[in-house]
Amino acid sequence: MKQKKDVQQGTLALMLLKTLDVLGPLHGYGIARRIEQISGYLLSVNQGTLYPVLLRLEQEGAIASEWGPSENNRRARFYRLTRAGHTLLGAEKRDWEQTAAIIARFFDVKAGDLG
Amino acid sequence: MRALHRLVTRLLNLSTRRRGDERLREEIESHIAAQTDENIRAGMSPVEARRRACLKFGAVEAVRENYHAENGLPFVENLLLDVRYALRVLRKSPAFTLVAIVTLMLGIGANVVVFGVLNAVMLHSLDVSDPSSLYQVRHRQWTQGKLLTTSYPTFEDLRRRNKTFSGMAAIYAYSDTSMNWRRTVTSVHGDEVSGNYFDLLGAQPALGRFFHAADEHGPGSAPYIVLSDSLWRTAFHADPDVVGTTVEIKKHPFTVLGVASPQFQGTERFVWPDYWLPMANEQQVQGYDFLHGRAQITVTVIGRLKPGVTQRQATDDLNKIGAQLANEYPQTDDGQPLRLVHPGLYADEGDVIREFLWSVTALALLVLAAACANLASLFAARASDRSRELALRVALGSSRRRLVRQLLTEAVLVSLAGGGAGLVAAYLLLGVLSRTAPFAGSLTVHVDARVYLVGLVLTLTSALLFGMLPARQAWQSSPLQMMKGAHPQSTHLGRFALRDLLLGVQIAICMLLVTASLVAVRGMTRALHTPLGFQPQGAMLVSLDFSQVEQEDDLALEKAKAIIEAMREVPGVTAVGAVSRTPMTGGMHGIPVFPPGTAEFKLNNSVLAPYVFTMSPGYLEAAGTRLLGGRDVSWQDTTETPYVAIVNQTFARRMWGETPAIGQRFLLQRNLMEVVGVAEDGKYHDMQESSQPVVYLPLSQSYSEPVFVVRSPRAPIEMSAALQHTLSGIEPDLPIAVRSWSDTLSGELFPARAATVALGVMGLLAAMLVVTGIFGMAAYNVSRRMKELGIRVALGARRTQVMSAAVGRPMVLLGAGSLLGLLAGIFASRLLQQIVYQANPSDPAVVGGAVLTMALLGIAASAIPARQALAVDPSSLMKEE
Repeated sequence: MKQKKDVQQGTLALMLLKTLDVLGPLHGYGIARRIEQISGYLLSVNQGTLYPVLLRLEQEGAIASEWGPSENNRRARFYRLTRAGHTLLGAEKRDWEQTAAIIARFFDVKAGDLG
Repeated sequence: MRALHRLVTRLLNLSTRRRGDERLREEIESHIAAQTDENIRAGMSPVEARRRACLKFGAVEAVRENYHAENGLPFVENLLLDVRYALRVLRKSPAFTLVAIVTLMLGIGANVVVFGVLNAVMLHSLDVSDPSSLYQVRHRQWTQGKLLTTSYPTFEDLRRRNKTFSGMAAIYAYSDTSMNWRRTVTSVHGDEVSGNYFDLLGAQPALGRFFHAADEHGPGSAPYIVLSDSLWRTAFHADPDVVGTTVEIKKHPFTVLGVASPQFQGTERFVWPDYWLPMANEQQVQGYDFLHGRAQITVTVIGRLKPGVTQRQATDDLNKIGAQLANEYPQTDDGQPLRLVHPGLYADEGDVIREFLWSVTALALLVLAAACANLASLFAARASDRSRELALRVALGSSRRRLVRQLLTEAVLVSLAGGGAGLVAAYLLLGVLSRTAPFAGSLTVHVDARVYLVGLVLTLTSALLFGMLPARQAWQSSPLQMMKGAHPQSTHLGRFALRDLLLGVQIAICMLLVTASLVAVRGMTRALHTPLGFQPQGAMLVSLDFSQVEQEDDLALEKAKAIIEAMREVPGVTAVGAVSRTPMTGGMHGIPVFPPGTAEFKLNNSVLAPYVFTMSPGYLEAAGTRLLGGRDVSWQDTTETPYVAIVNQTFARRMWGETPAIGQRFLLQRNLMEVVGVAEDGKYHDMQESSQPVVYLPLSQSYSEPVFVVRSPRAPIEMSAALQHTLSGIEPDLPIAVRSWSDTLSGELFPARAATVALGVMGLLAAMLVVTGIFGMAAYNVSRRMKELGIRVALGARRTQVMSAAVGRPMVLLGAGSLLGLLAGIFASRLLQQIVYQANPSDPAVVGGAVLTMALLGIAASAIPARQALAVDPSSLMKEE
């Protein structure tokens, strides 16, 4: 149970970093919306789960945050990727691609190929 | 790196928790508002829009919890909560807390002191390079105190012929003289050593330089001296320009080469030399030459093994040389088997010292064990008093693990406080010990990291030991039973049996300790009353520095005679005598005695090797040694008249058995001696020695510089002035030193004193633990059973019945525990004999004393609870419920 959550969190963090990489500084709500859009609403996560992840990434120095006005003039906290965050994103991306490639190869193998 | 970054932030957050909360709340608010706006734009009613937004966000509390878990360190936060709660609980019962802390302070403090000494004496190596390869050569036979092993020529042979040592040095550690520097005379003692001594040890000077083997070229060629740091500071005012100047010893100039570093104190831990000078110049200091005679055993040999050589190989090598020497010099070298020990603790006495320290360590640990048993039962009693509270917490959903952690936290807090106080007390005590140095010589006890570590380990271990019991109790308790308010003692008999067992064990341990301390005290009293064969009380030793006066032996003898006559005239003086060396001043070795008519003076032909003292007429009287038969020596015994001697009882018995000794003859130093008197036996080298044969020779037939013994009821300070005045008529400006004889012997009694103090303190602690243990248990019993006792009284129970109900069980435990402890004490007699000589724990007085002590302690401890039980007033108790 716990492991599953860890995997999800890791994935969520990666999505989050990529979102900030693409869109630049963004508040929590914006990030949540973006993830929903990109995933085509297939990913059903409670939006609230974002915040602990954001906090952890911030503590790790991958992102930084500050208060600022949102589009409709509310006070919101804006998150942006730091230099360390860029590096982290690069590394995580490579990791992920590698894992995905390995898994993909397993799926590609047909019984005949082993012969 | 990232993990570290995160840890630091989380630690910081511990203190700024509120702000994190605020921030999350605001973020959630803004998030939900944004979602609501969007929902409204999508056409929902404001209420519906907000509801959907909240749903989409998820459970705010869960998010907040996760957020906190990420933000702070929950483990630390819980710990802080536990600590805060524990502090509050402990503050609520200050008496209990104080008793627990003091108990632990004593237990841990005692252990830290003992370990501190052990650490300083045994666990720190000597301040020389590579101490593990440094050995001291000993005779195979185990002897006490005697450091000297071979003659100087034998040492030279060993050094030259061995193949297993990279170097060997000789030490004569009994050098005693006075030193004249800028007209100030200081009485000093030190080491005379072979030239390679410092190089062999790998010591470095703090100032100037040390002497080396290349500095000596035969007898009298190296008039150099190296000062110890402490002598340099006291007598030379730490003057850095002292290097290169000259000091005078016995009118001979010695050049100060250098000053040793403060850490370097020679090769003995307890005897720190004031100076080192080359053995080549020994004759100038000692007045006689022992570099050439093979018959006299005059040096201690130390050596450093070559790398890769084992102790066994080296011993075999030395013994092979010993056998060769016995062949080559059959008259003097007896080829006694040799062995190797590490130097530092008076050679063989190291075994005794080590065993003593380990034994005291064991006893100290027992005290701590008893203290832990005591605390365990106290804590367990408290936990069962709090059982209702604990049950309530379990019922409200607190996990048992959490409860146990809470109880352990309390135990650790108490033991940290106790351990901390114990460490501070031990630190102060060790400081006092180091400064006053009651040891026969000097020893500094440093409180280093190792000591602190031991203190901490002991503290935590004891916390676990006494914290586990209530924790176990809490773990097993059933909330239902507790809530029903059932009497725990009726349902959990097992637990109370365990507590009884704890008290029993505690009493047994304490009994053992009380027995031990009584044994020590008795041993000490006996040691103080051991017949010494002389009476140091009421006598003083007067040393005169004849080195300031150039003179021949004959003249010196006349002078000594005149001084004795003059001293006798001083008012208040009842007896005066002079002797070459007073008993128990160390450095003594037997001188071989041969039967009359011996042609070959081989050691194997000698019949005895008695200690030899040279004395003036009247010395025996002044020293308080009884002359059992015959006559005293007299000034009329001169080198012109037949040689005479007085022997002690042991000498007479071993030489001639039942035949009267007076009139018998023997050969000593090639002179035929006639026995003219027999003196009583005594102690000559140390307190523990068996009866030793002794020969007293008249000063007038073999002169050596004497020390004067003056018996007078007047105080040494008064006498000093009177004597100075008297002597100025004979020899003006003669430095004179007067000491009370008893004071000079205090070092000899040190082992017995130390053992008595150590065991006495342990015994006292043990006695206190018995009192608190029994008191605690009896008081607890009475308070728990107040109601029952009240009913009993109301139903007409007699006072004795109430008493036995109240304090019966502790009393039974006291009896059983004492019996066990007593038996353990008798079985442990071997251990006790190591610590105090003349100890015998099955001694009826000791057994009786121990039993009586325990009985008194038991009565004292249960008196208050018993009174409380007797004062039970049924009517008021009934009204309370």
